[in-house]
Amino acid sequence: MDKPFAITLDPGSSLANRTGSWRTYKPVYLDRLPPCNAACPAGENIQGWLYHAESGDYEAAWRALTENNPLPAIMGRVCYHPCEGACNRQHIDAAVGINSVERFLGDEAIKRGWAFPKPEKKSGKRVLVVGAGPSGLSAAYHLARLGHEVEIHEAGPYAGGMMRFGIPQYRLPRDVLNAEVKRILDLGVVLRLDTKVANIRESMQVGKFDAAFLAVGAHIGKRAFIPAGDATKIVDAVSVLRSMEGEEKPMLGRRVVVYGGGNTAIDVARTAKRLGATEAIIVYRRTREKMPAHDFEVEEALQEGVMVKWLSTIKQAGEGEITIEKMALDDKGFPQPTGEFETLAADSVVLALGQDVDLSLLDGVPGLEIKDGTVQVGPNMMTGHAGIFAGGDMVPSERTVTVAVGHGKKAARHIDAWLAGGAYAPAPKHELAGFEKLNPWYYSEAPHTLRPTLDIIRRQSTFEEVQGGLDEGNALFEARRCLSCGNCFECDNCYGVCPDNAVIKLGPGKRFEFNYDYCKGCGVCAAECPCGAIKMVAEDI
Amino acid sequence: MSHQPVKFYQTGTFTVGNRLLAPEERSVQASAKRFNSINSGHRACQGCGEALGARYAIDAAMEASHGQLVCANATGCLEVFSTPYPETSWQLPWIHSLFGNAAAVATGIAAAMKVKSIKAGKGPVPATRVVAQGGDGGTTDIGFGCLSGMFERNDDVLYICYDNGGYMNTGVQRSSATPPAARTATTMAVGPEPGNVFGQGKFVPAIAVAHEIPYVATATVADLRDLEAKVKKAMTIRGARYIHILVPCPLGWGAASHETIKLARLAKETGVFPVFEAEHGEITGSLKIRRKLPVEEYLRPQKRYAHLFGKQPRVEVIARLQALADRNVKKYGLLDGGTL
Repeated sequence: MDKPFAITLDPGSSLANRTGSWRTYKPVYLDRLPPCNAACPAGENIQGWLYHAESGDYEAAWRALTENNPLPAIMGRVCYHPCEGACNRQHIDAAVGINSVERFLGDEAIKRGWAFPKPEKKSGKRVLVVGAGPSGLSAAYHLARLGHEVEIHEAGPYAGGMMRFGIPQYRLPRDVLNAEVKRILDLGVVLRLDTKVANIRESMQVGKFDAAFLAVGAHIGKRAFIPAGDATKIVDAVSVLRSMEGEEKPMLGRRVVVYGGGNTAIDVARTAKRLGATEAIIVYRRTREKMPAHDFEVEEALQEGVMVKWLSTIKQAGEGEITIEKMALDDKGFPQPTGEFETLAADSVVLALGQDVDLSLLDGVPGLEIKDGTVQVGPNMMTGHAGIFAGGDMVPSERTVTVAVGHGKKAARHIDAWLAGGAYAPAPKHELAGFEKLNPWYYSEAPHTLRPTLDIIRRQSTFEEVQGGLDEGNALFEARRCLSCGNCFECDNCYGVCPDNAVIKLGPGKRFEFNYDYCKGCGVCAAECPCGAIKMVAEDI
Repeated sequence: MSHQPVKFYQTGTFTVGNRLLAPEERSVQASAKRFNSINSGHRACQGCGEALGARYAIDAAMEASHGQLVCANATGCLEVFSTPYPETSWQLPWIHSLFGNAAAVATGIAAAMKVKSIKAGKGPVPATRVVAQGGDGGTTDIGFGCLSGMFERNDDVLYICYDNGGYMNTGVQRSSATPPAARTATTMAVGPEPGNVFGQGKFVPAIAVAHEIPYVATATVADLRDLEAKVKKAMTIRGARYIHILVPCPLGWGAASHETIKLARLAKETGVFPVFEAEHGEITGSLKIRRKLPVEEYLRPQKRYAHLFGKQPRVEVIARLQALADRNVKKYGLLDGGTL
C-alpha cells in the first residue's frame, strides 16, 4: 500500500489493544440473598416474585410465589411479615409492603381461577398427612406436586386448623381460606374430615402409607389455677375461638376479661367486642413493650375499644367480679406482686395462656423424643421414628401460620428424598445482600402505600375484614418500590457507566456480561450497581 | 431544567435505563445500539471520568445528528489516550488539532460544511454538524483565545470541555480550572497556604455566558440523563454552544478508580460544582441538589486535599471551600426554592 510521507503503518483500531491485561481485580455478576427472602419462615423467593409483579405479570408472580407457598391470599392477611422487618428499603423511606402485594396476588389468583400445574409423573408412593392446618396443607401441596399420592386425615369438621379455629374471620374471611384449600385438593390430594388419627402406626399400616407427616397443631388451651366460685364462667380462648365456627356462638356476657398477652388474647378480646361485650378487658402481667402480641394488633384492638390492664394478675374470680393484683417489674424485668389489689366487674374470664399439643396419637411409637410437650425433630423434620415426620405447632418453634407453612415445605422435600432412599440437600445459600451492598442513590423517593382499614364502627360490631387490600394501581406501585437487593433488575447502570465499553448488554431478561478483553477492573460498575449484584474479585496474578 | 422530570419507576430516571421504562424514555447509553463513539481499547486510566464523559456526550451528539458529525479534538489526555499512532478509538470523523486551536479548527470545518452544502444545492445550513472538544487545559488556558473568538463570531460549533481540573497526562500540573487548595505538581501542599491559591483561576462557563452565546450548560458524569438532555438540546441550536462537563480524574485527584462517579455526584451535591443552563446570557435553570452535603464529604476521599485532613485539620481552609460552595448554591439556585 502506498502510504503518505512519514507514514509507515496502516490505520488501526484501538480494539487491538487488549486493556483487560491491566486488571488486578475483576467484576463478576452474582446473585445475593435479599434480606426479605432470608427472613421468610416459609422460604419464599420474595424478590423473585416481586420482579414479575413489577412488570405487571401477576400470574407469573403468583406462580413464582406458589413455588414455595400455596397460600398467598391467606399469607397476605395473617402473616406477621418478618420480611418487611428485614427489608432494606426501610433505611431509605419505609419497607416495601410485601404482605399487601402478596395478598393482592392471592386475591387475583382466586378471582381469575389460576390453578396449580398437575405433577408430570407419579412416584407411586403414598404419604399420610395428619392435620389439615397450614403445615399439613403445605406439606400435602408440595408432596402432591412432587408426584406423591397424599391423604390428609383431619380430626375436625373443616380444613384449615388454627387458620379456621384460631384466627377470627375479621382477619381471615372464610371464603378466602376455602378457595386456597380447594386449590390444593384440586391437585388430587384426598382430604378426610372428622377422621381423628388415634394411633399413627396403625393408620399408616391400614392405609398402606410409605411415610407420614404429623401436623396436628396445639389446640389444648393451657389452664391456670384461679380460685373461683361456682357462678364464675371461666373458659379457654381456643374453645371460644373454635366455637365461633359452629352454629352456637359462645356466651361470654357483657363484661369479658381476657387473661394473657399473646395474639390469641387480642383475638379473643376483639371477638368478644364484636359479639356485643360492652367491656373487653385484657389482663396482662407485664407491660406493653413486653407483650408477645404484635404491636399493630394491640393497636387495632385499642382502637376498637378493647382495654388493657397492664402489670396485673388475676388472684381470684367471684360472682360477677374478679380480683386482680398489681405487679411491678423487678431489675431483671420480671413481674413481682405488689400486694395492691383491685376488683373488676366480669361476667366471664377467658384464659389465653398458650396451647398444648395433643400427643395421644403417638402413644407407643418407638424412638420418639418428647420434650416440653412437643415432638423433637431433626433438621430434616423427621422424628426419632424413621418415616414419621412432624411440623407446625407440635414441634418446637415459633407458632405462626408462616412458620407452619415453611415446615410443611421443608418436610415435603425431605420426605420426597427419603422415599427415594436419599437425603435432600438444600442449595447453598447466597451471601446476604445487606444495605451496605447497595447504592441507594439510584432509588427515587416513593412512600409506602397504606392499606385501607375498615371503619371503626363496623369493626366493633361486625366480623367484616378489618384490613382492605390494594388495587392493581397501588399494588404495582408498591411492587416497584422493591430495591431488588442482590439481584440484577436490568437497570443498565453497569452497561452505561463503564468507561471502557466492557459490558455487553445481552437483551431483555438476559442481563449482562463482562468483556474481560477490555475491562480494566476500575470497579465503577460495582460501585454504581444500585442493587449490589456485582462483586470485585482479585485476579490471580 | 431540560432533563426529564423524575418519575417513579423503581429507580426513577436516576439509573441509565430500566427494563420497565418505555424505550423512548431510556437514555442513549442504555441502548445496545449506541454508537460507542470512543471504542474499547483506549489507554485511559482505570475509572477515567473523561473517557466516560466523552462517550456520553459524543454518543448523544451522534444520535442527535443522525451520525452526521465531525469532531475536532484539542491536545490533552483525551487525544493522547484515544489515538496513539496508528490506532484510534474514535468511530466518527475526528481530527487532532494543536493544543490551543480546537475551536478555530472546528470553526473552519463548520465553514467548509456550509460551503459544501451550498455547492450541493442544499442551502447554507449543513446537515453535518461539528463539535470541538478538549480538556480544561486546552480550553480554559491554551485555547481560550480561539474559544472566545468562536463564541463572539457565533460560529456553528458545539464546544465541549471535559474539566478534570489540571494537566493530568503530563503529570498533574495546575491549570486555571484547578480548584483552590488542591495539590498538584506545581501547587504543592507546602507552606502557610498549601495547594492551589485561593482567588486565582477562572470558571469558563460563566465567561461563556458573558459572551451571550445561544447556549451554555454545565454537567457531570454522575447525571447522565441531564448530560444527554443538554447535548441533545445544544444540537437543536445553530450557533456557538458550550458545554462544560466535570470529569473526575482518579490519577490527578488521588481517588480510587471506582469512585469516579461518586465524586462527580458529591461535587454536585455539595454545591462545589454548579450544574446549570444558560441561554443568550441568561441563566435559565439549574439541577437541584437532592441531598445537601458538607464539602468535607467531597474533599476527604481525594488525596489532592489530604493536607486539609492531617493531624491538625485545616478547618479554616475547609470553611473557605464551604463558603465557595454556599455561594454557588445561592448564585445558581441549587436548592429547592433557591433564587436565580
